[in-house]
Amino acid sequence: MAFYIAQFLTGLASAASLFLVASGLSIIFGVTRIVNFAHGAFYMLGAYIAFTLTERFSGALGFWGGIFVAALVVAVVGVLVEMVLLRRIYHSPELFQLLATFGLTLMVQDIVVLIWGPSDLLGRRAPGFKGAVDFFGQNIPSYDLFLIVLGPVVLGILWLLFQRTRWGILVRAATQDRDMVAALGVNQKWLFTSVFAVGVFLAALGGALQIPRDAVHHAMDLRIIVEVFVVVVIGGLGSIIGAFVAAVLVSELNAFGILIFPKISIILVFLVMAVVLIVRPWGLFGKPEAPARRTPGLTVNPWRPLTSNERLAAIAMLIVAAALPFFSGNYALTVGSEIAIFVIFAVSLHFLMSVGGLASFGHAAYFGLGAYGVAFLAKLAGLPMIACLLLGPLLGLFGAAVFGFFAVQLSGVYFAMLTLAFAQIVWSIAFQWVAVTGGDNGILGVWPEKWAASPSHFYWLSLGIAALAVLILRIIVFSPFGFALRATRDSPLRSEAIGINCKRIQWTAFVIAGTVAGLAGALFAYLKGSVFPDNMGISLSVDALVMVLLGGVETVSGAVVGAIVYKALNIWLVSQTDWSKLVLGAFIVLIVVAFPKGIVGTLESIISRRRKSSSSNSPLLTSRIETAE
Amino acid sequence: MRNYLIGAGLAVLVAGMADAAMAQSEIKIGEINSYSLLPAFTEPYRKGWQLAVEEINAAGGINGKKLVVISKDDNGKPADAQTAANELVSSENVAMLAGTFLSNIGLAVSDFANQKKVFFLAAEPLTDAITWSKGNRYTFRLRPSNYMQAAMLVEAAAKLPAKRWATIAPNYEYGQSAVAVFKKLMSEKRPDIQWVDEQWPPQGKIDAGPVVQAVAAANPEAILNVTFGADLVKLVREGNTRGLFKDRAVVSFLTGEPEYLDPLKDETPEGWIVTGYPWYAIKTPEHEAFLKAYQAKFKDYPRLGSIVGYQTIKSAAAILIKAHSTDPEKLIAATEGLSVSSPFGEITFRKIDHQSTLGAFVGKTALKDGKGVMVESSYKKGSDYLPGDAEIEKLRPKD
Repeated sequence: MAFYIAQFLTGLASAASLFLVASGLSIIFGVTRIVNFAHGAFYMLGAYIAFTLTERFSGALGFWGGIFVAALVVAVVGVLVEMVLLRRIYHSPELFQLLATFGLTLMVQDIVVLIWGPSDLLGRRAPGFKGAVDFFGQNIPSYDLFLIVLGPVVLGILWLLFQRTRWGILVRAATQDRDMVAALGVNQKWLFTSVFAVGVFLAALGGALQIPRDAVHHAMDLRIIVEVFVVVVIGGLGSIIGAFVAAVLVSELNAFGILIFPKISIILVFLVMAVVLIVRPWGLFGKPEAPARRTPGLTVNPWRPLTSNERLAAIAMLIVAAALPFFSGNYALTVGSEIAIFVIFAVSLHFLMSVGGLASFGHAAYFGLGAYGVAFLAKLAGLPMIACLLLGPLLGLFGAAVFGFFAVQLSGVYFAMLTLAFAQIVWSIAFQWVAVTGGDNGILGVWPEKWAASPSHFYWLSLGIAALAVLILRIIVFSPFGFALRATRDSPLRSEAIGINCKRIQWTAFVIAGTVAGLAGALFAYLKGSVFPDNMGISLSVDALVMVLLGGVETVSGAVVGAIVYKALNIWLVSQTDWSKLVLGAFIVLIVVAFPKGIVGTLESIISRRRKSSSSNSPLLTSRIETAE
Repeated sequence: MRNYLIGAGLAVLVAGMADAAMAQSEIKIGEINSYSLLPAFTEPYRKGWQLAVEEINAAGGINGKKLVVISKDDNGKPADAQTAANELVSSENVAMLAGTFLSNIGLAVSDFANQKKVFFLAAEPLTDAITWSKGNRYTFRLRPSNYMQAAMLVEAAAKLPAKRWATIAPNYEYGQSAVAVFKKLMSEKRPDIQWVDEQWPPQGKIDAGPVVQAVAAANPEAILNVTFGADLVKLVREGNTRGLFKDRAVVSFLTGEPEYLDPLKDETPEGWIVTGYPWYAIKTPEHEAFLKAYQAKFKDYPRLGSIVGYQTIKSAAAILIKAHSTDPEKLIAATEGLSVSSPFGEITFRKIDHQSTLGAFVGKTALKDGKGVMVESSYKKGSDYLPGDAEIEKLRPKD
């Protein structure tokens, strides 16, 4: 019995540190709607700065003071980030801010190694909490007890802050309806800045408080960020109490789960999230999101098929691309094939995101399923390459059909997180089922047949399929189905009213996107000659998101440009510099500032503004519409 | 303006000719590793091979040609490693590939090497598959494999009186195969032991408190640990506070390597049986020479990564010198059975499975002046801890 109580308390201690970070993320998202990917980076910075301060200043005051000051310093950094960077892009398309915070995260990962060196650092133990308390023969670290108390205390302080102060009332109001708060004359700028500061402070405090238990190292951020997102979503976005309950739930299930299934930690949080979201689509304590009041038609330049001149230009560009093998070496061709494959992958996600309005955080699952499909067919069934390329993506189709059915029942960030959960579940199956998938050692020897083996042939194959995929998806966009899909995106209520079966349309779109992603994965398997669980990992899903956002969500085919720019830059930087993450991150941040609607999106709006002013269409009117957004 | 342009054009031309002339007189090795993902190991590794390159060129290079190492980062992803390998082979025209840390990346590059018929010297990946079940004729491996390190530890562990064993290992191929081999070899030597609990925390994400409690609840007499890096730090801290290691024997993979031992500082647990690299206690002339050169160049002490990096390039140079060619077939012929000197003494690249006989040090952890050290350590030759030829022939596919 004493053991189970000890295990329970241990779980509570883990929950407390999770809660601190999660609550900050939850507040930030609730008010500003920013998916703050950099939250883990702030957590890590908190730990590093606290490490430096507590090493320098000794004694109890030095330690606790160091932790507090570290959180404050990081909060100031957060304020600067918000004022200099995020303020510029609040009016960008949804999720665009994710791109900025992703860039920051990349930069911070390299910066901490530059400043603090590559080795893992061991922080001091907390003065007064070094030992353990004997609990009927079980040792419980006194620092754990401190954390167990701290969690509810922070919860209480936040509750008071939100219920008893004017600032808290504004924050709650903004969480519920920020347009209304703005209409009532509240200075949103400072509200957002202060909320961001509080959120970052909590993240940094969570990180700083880890130094007596953890090692401080440069991968801390990635370790926590996904888990924290999951906790926030299980609890319900914007709900502090929800975050607390979810943190306790996840930590306790983990503490007791490992007694029965020692391998469960790797997937547990995602299983819990999938179950919670299917049963309660807005998390445990969340409320349904109010229908969007924004009319998307105003922000988007109306979509239209390419004019015949533009078609000729596109064909000319394709011909130029197809001529690459005549004047470049094998390496450039292989990189070209890889970029073409990522164009396919990115346009498939783009189709789901921009036409369907469904942002998937787990799109790599279908890419990976396509790749594994090919690997199984080629290695186990011994099918020829053409058959594999045609049949392999069916595994992606199948996965998309099953998971898509559940996912399209949700919308917005909940949809995104459910897709993430499914992707992680698929990933962990590939990772754990060693007998079939080879585990993380993957499946080797999936090389193309002779006719496609030479780099130029494979390049033509990839380029051809990529062009075909873009073409087909464009045809779908301008087909009746595409119009119906856009209707469900712009107004679910109105489209249902005119007889469109929203869920079925979205489900179909999900399956189409998943199949095309599977096709990209199938080609990728042949390009690399091997398949690994990595092919369906979170980082690949994030890459796809970044490509789409970089190109511009509100465009028809912006992802093509986004994929080319991002992938080419990534490959080139990794090859050229030791600090590729720092440079790539800085570059993404710059693009975010320079092209607030994505590269293609911003260019399009500049061109259309020119066109309008040259055709002496009242420029006053258009500018007014834009400011009215 | 025009003169300036002509001048610039000439400069480019001259530079290009110089490049071409250089290429005639140099031999390139393409090196790939997880520099951005695992800097704690790969930074000392990079210093190690840099020292080797300097020494080789000071001694006359490769049969008179200058040795150049072109190094690429793989981001910790197999797919990126293949992109890098492709660049090195296709556009840099390297004579051979070398490096890699993670097992799955090592396997990906080894499969690439097999497909493209390029010589590959794997530096660090520990998986047994790379030389056995998925071995191929183009791939050689330097470091002692999982199997070899397990066999070294089992030799010491079997002498312990403990009968009830628990295991803690990261939940991926390395952890799984380390535990599997250790269990198999241990049960062969000691049929009387029981395996009472196993914990599989995700790599890099251990929730140490509950894991420690769970292991303690099974009340084992001895523990096998395979976690390393930040996970090890958390495990040790929780284990120390909760008294998990008190009166229990612990056998631990890799913990004696400075990369993983040094961060533990004054919390280093004492008396663990570990594999590692006690650079302060190795008094052989080969090692003293290496240590002196390393410290003179970098003003820092070597980690195990430094040895691996140094020896990878030293071995590569020996192969190139012996082969007198960059033809992969000749490189393979030169490597099979080749003996080279190393800071740990002479090592041989075996013909039968392309594994080198580089060994490792086995010893016990101890605390000295607030730092973790390895004591009572002794060098275990790799050749003594490999299975018999008949067994390997069964494991390794025919070329």
